[in-house]
Amino acid sequence: MKVREETASATDLPEQALSDDSDREFVEPLFGEKAFRVVIVGHVDHGKSTLVGRLLYETGSLPDGKYEEIQTICRRRNMPFEWAFLMDALQAERDQNITIDVSQIWFHSALRNYVIIDAPGHKEFLKNMVTGAATADAALLLIAANEGVQEQSRRHAYLLSLLGVGRVLVVVNKMDLVSYSSDVFAQIEAEYRAFLKQLRIEPIRFIPISARDGVNLIAAKTKHLGWYDGPALIDALDQLEAPKSASDGPLRFAVQDIYRFDERRIIAGRVESGSLRVGEQILFAPANKESTVASIESWQTPPIAVAPSGQAIGITLKEQIFVERGQVAATADAMPIETNRFRARLFWMGDRPLTLGRRYKVKLLTQEVECQVASIDRVIDASSLETTSSIRRSVGRNEVAEITVQTRGPIVLDNYDRLAVSGRFVLVDENDVAGGGIVFGGQYLDRAPYRSSNISWAEGQVSLRERIERNGHRGLVVWFTGLSGAGKSTLAYALERELFDRQMHACVMDGDNLRHGLNANLSFSPEDRVENIRRAAEVAKLMAMTGLVVVTSFISPYRADRLKARQIVSSGGVEFVEVHVSAPIEVCESRDPKALYQKARAGLIQGFTGIDAPYEAPEDPELILKTGQESIATSLDQLLGFVIPLLRLDEAEYEI
Amino acid sequence: MDGRFAHLDALESQSVYILREAYRKFRRLAMLWSVGKDSSVLLWLMRKAFFGHLPIPCVHVDTSFKIPEMIAFRDQLVREWGIDLVIGQNREALKTGRTFPQGALTRVECCGLLKRDALQAVIEERGYQAVIVGIRRDEEGTRAKERYFSPRDKNFEWNFRDQPPELWDQFKTDFDPGTHIRIHPLLHWTETNVWEYIERENIPVVDLYFARNGFRYRSLGCAPCTKPVQSTASSVPAIIAELRETKLSERSTRAQDQESEDAFERLRASGYM
Repeated sequence: MKVREETASATDLPEQALSDDSDREFVEPLFGEKAFRVVIVGHVDHGKSTLVGRLLYETGSLPDGKYEEIQTICRRRNMPFEWAFLMDALQAERDQNITIDVSQIWFHSALRNYVIIDAPGHKEFLKNMVTGAATADAALLLIAANEGVQEQSRRHAYLLSLLGVGRVLVVVNKMDLVSYSSDVFAQIEAEYRAFLKQLRIEPIRFIPISARDGVNLIAAKTKHLGWYDGPALIDALDQLEAPKSASDGPLRFAVQDIYRFDERRIIAGRVESGSLRVGEQILFAPANKESTVASIESWQTPPIAVAPSGQAIGITLKEQIFVERGQVAATADAMPIETNRFRARLFWMGDRPLTLGRRYKVKLLTQEVECQVASIDRVIDASSLETTSSIRRSVGRNEVAEITVQTRGPIVLDNYDRLAVSGRFVLVDENDVAGGGIVFGGQYLDRAPYRSSNISWAEGQVSLRERIERNGHRGLVVWFTGLSGAGKSTLAYALERELFDRQMHACVMDGDNLRHGLNANLSFSPEDRVENIRRAAEVAKLMAMTGLVVVTSFISPYRADRLKARQIVSSGGVEFVEVHVSAPIEVCESRDPKALYQKARAGLIQGFTGIDAPYEAPEDPELILKTGQESIATSLDQLLGFVIPLLRLDEAEYEI
Repeated sequence: MDGRFAHLDALESQSVYILREAYRKFRRLAMLWSVGKDSSVLLWLMRKAFFGHLPIPCVHVDTSFKIPEMIAFRDQLVREWGIDLVIGQNREALKTGRTFPQGALTRVECCGLLKRDALQAVIEERGYQAVIVGIRRDEEGTRAKERYFSPRDKNFEWNFRDQPPELWDQFKTDFDPGTHIRIHPLLHWTETNVWEYIERENIPVVDLYFARNGFRYRSLGCAPCTKPVQSTASSVPAIIAELRETKLSERSTRAQDQESEDAFERLRASGYM
């Protein structure tokens, strides 16, 4: 196929329309191939839509009559020929000469098929830009030579790094307006490269072009750019590597639905990462119920034994276990994180600001979990990369922030840098998808191999909802941690009293009390401390699942143990809050209510926390009570202020 | 499976995923069945998604001007595949003769009455919350800007100035009461992909697509507003070969699109598919 050698309307074209490239031969593209997806981003009016229009024209991808149609439209509007009208299909876009919404268009080079995603550059339409860029294999960052690096050039780059679009070509457009100056080009390259470096984006190359005049799009050697020795845009695109398949990663099979159309009970879902095999042992998180894949079901397709990443499939199981939408199947050797609290980098697109304490819904894979933002740790100006120093209680539209999310039930996820598909999520505000984020800093735990495969979970007739309705409040586990003498028991019993006086059902689980019975066979060795906490967490979970507010009072010195307690409790659908009762060791030792420090100092107790055994303070607890400085009354006030809202019934949840 | 068509697996899986999300999220759900090639593919994908079953009704908006072969093909598939067929029709407009060209209406006005209004009526009557529609981004400029899950307000209007963000396959599935959703599982397919898939899966399509006496239909609509194109392609592989060479756009044979610059946009914004 030749490129428009038959173009009859060449005389109508803007000057140099056919530039130096009119005799370029195009070979047949590979039709049976997946299209490579490229998003074009950059500051408003730097020429994104023009570049797309021109690229389509130069590669002979325009349907017959399209060029003439645009010509007629422009003539009617009394304006010069406008390439952007190819993509800006909406009247409002043409009238205002801006791109409002993202558009996708197919074209092909000599080598392969492309989908070009034209994203709007206007700040107001950032959510549309994000929508387009989120699915891209690579990005063209466009900068107009006459204006240089602008606000959206930087913000879009930041969002690309957040969206995980790592393959970036920087295209310096409108070189005609700076007389094709190599100095201007070099200056822009130096400035932008330095900025991108901070985002850990290593652009593959910088390419000078003029989209309007069609210079350096198709053929590299032009009279205007004698000093440039790199490839033309189309060749640079063709050199970009196709994305790797995710089939090599750990298995993540996200359950979408359970079907019983016929005698089969089919679990429908998609292999998001890794591959799923018939005969494989898989665990469904949260709860980690185990079963074996009996078959991969399909219709009008020969049976398969292995489903690779990306495939939407259905499976049947050998051992019948309870599975529901939202669960994620994985293999025991590479389980995801299960938690009710995680840190994330987030960009906000909502009309209303993201606000501390407000209720949102997090959607991650097929999970949908109620959540709140527990803290806003950092707000970053995506354009200057500066951190806002003041303490913020909200994040505005188009801002980027690091936040801590607290969910109402367990959520299964991965750190984004370990596994992208299960490390990214959206936040829904009322009915709108208002934020997108990626998870970082989560801790992976080895699963306790403490399971018998012959037991199943017995379900009673009384639902948690009925219990909550009768009690008038939710169940909860408040997990105190801190040194001996910090005030855990004092506060725990004070909290129990306060809740009881409010007609609520609360109880304290005290470390000493448990060691009288349930844990009487455990010592204070590190292994037994682990088991002590595991048993305590399991009991707390069962009690809270019946609607009780369980307040635990254990030193629980190890971070990993508390994390495990969090997972155990969360797996029962119960909210878990960690409260650090924090007082300096000297203060605790001076109080020494049970004379334990005295004994430890005298060498009568071995392995005493704070003396000859470590205490690992929580890095990110839900609440810190500074009992070294503040009175019990003040700490109790703080505690009540935090706990009581968590116990409230949410009317909306009971509608249905 | 034929390695030549490996890319179709990815397209198919994405569509199946969307269909299953739709089925899970909307209890009152229907598929819009135009009887064209895209609808045939959509029906096929539905059976893939639901393991041979078609668990939702298929709505055919019958303008009464459809080419007769289309109706015969429709009724044959209904019998063979056990389709739960629901017919929508604007009987009022047909009775009073407000149609193109007899009723002194423009083509676009006629589409508005016989297709858009008939669709809205059947949606309201049956109480569908969401309708699955087989449009594709490569068909035309405003469709290129669509979402997979695309809300319409209570007047069925499409607010294309303020569409929801859609990323990482997290679709907008929470709505204000009264909102109506269009779901577009084929949005990422091209016309060529559709024919490649028809070839690979051996999916039945109406004969009008294959050349007879030097002409074939490339896009099917109402008889007065749809013209065949010159073609010798009488088989699916021949059609695929023809599409590689052609420079005509798919909907160039659909007269209603050509009435004015923004004819189609206005039609779509007001509730057309």
